[in-house]
Amino acid sequence: MYVIVVGGGKIGYYLTKKLLTEGHEVLLLEKDRRRQSAMAEQLGDVVMQGDGCEVRIMAEAGFGRADVIVAVTGDDEDNLVICQMAKKNFQAPRTVARVNDPANMVLFDKLGIDTTVSSTQIIFNLLEQQIEPGEIIPLGALKNGNIEVVAINVSERSPVLGQTIQDLRLPGNALIISVVRDDNAMIPQKDTRFENGDSVIAMVVAEEEPRLRHIFAEAHS
Amino acid sequence: MPQTIIILGCGRVGSTLAKQMSGEGHDVTIIDLTSDSFRRLGTKFKGHRLVGSGLDQDLLKRAGLENASAFIAVTQGDNSNIMAAQIAREVFHVERVVARIYDPIRAQAYREMGITTLCTTTLAAGLIHDSALGEGQGEALLQASQAWDKIYLEQRS
Repeated sequence: MYVIVVGGGKIGYYLTKKLLTEGHEVLLLEKDRRRQSAMAEQLGDVVMQGDGCEVRIMAEAGFGRADVIVAVTGDDEDNLVICQMAKKNFQAPRTVARVNDPANMVLFDKLGIDTTVSSTQIIFNLLEQQIEPGEIIPLGALKNGNIEVVAINVSERSPVLGQTIQDLRLPGNALIISVVRDDNAMIPQKDTRFENGDSVIAMVVAEEEPRLRHIFAEAHS
Repeated sequence: MPQTIIILGCGRVGSTLAKQMSGEGHDVTIIDLTSDSFRRLGTKFKGHRLVGSGLDQDLLKRAGLENASAFIAVTQGDNSNIMAAQIAREVFHVERVVARIYDPIRAQAYREMGITTLCTTTLAAGLIHDSALGEGQGEALLQASQAWDKIYLEQRS
């Protein structure tokens, strides 16, 4: 795969390094001449100096034959323009943009960027998991669908403790796909019994999430 | 009829536009990252000043973008202008969105994507070309330029 990474910050540097280790053809584009030469000392001649928003540089870097363009500069507006220009002028098959402001994820999606990644959002999700034990934790959503993948932790106060999956009155639109116990993910059977500390992974239609939450909710003393 | 106009970027162009449009009776809100830039507006400017990033959708909402008839992006950064213009169009559905872009290639690309872009690089070069060679609309443009300077001077202080 030929991957062009734009932006030689920490993310761009480590991403390039990892892609090289995996055997991909990579080009790292960095605007700042001093950063570029410092990076070239570490990574070799895969680091090119130039502004990734300028079509002349894009052509030189081989945007036309790249499989993926990854824009990871520190500025959302630059990442947007890099990806949009790559699509418009070079028909890039796949563009990935880093965003700082999570609100830009929806916007970038609307504006034609294939994938957006927000470290702000990822860290926020992780913190939320720590703040609310026993709650339903969103793990992801199926693209363009209304089905969510969620995790639910079973505590000693959970009403499902000691019950089996067939004892539960699950909503029709919910499916338990795994029970994680002591770091082992199991494919659950109908007689799988819930234990304290289990993490239950389920797929559920978004509207049914409150019912699922109710079934697993902690009993409040 | 007075219109609601939001201007992003209070540099020379932004502040000139803001003063002129506000002087014409339009409801103008100008946004800039630093309050320092607003000194360019002088004391006669009657519109609203807002400090913050024009890429922040919450701030743009507070600026009244939902009810604006025009959005003008004239910051120093081409990419900021491009992104702000697309937010104005796609999120707030502003009827007229104009962005100043220095890079002619980017100006062309986003023009094709439906944003009114003005590339002041080629615009200025074209004007100077015609004036210097006495071609095209050279004379008319010089007169227009003088008229705009006069408006600028009237809005000063």
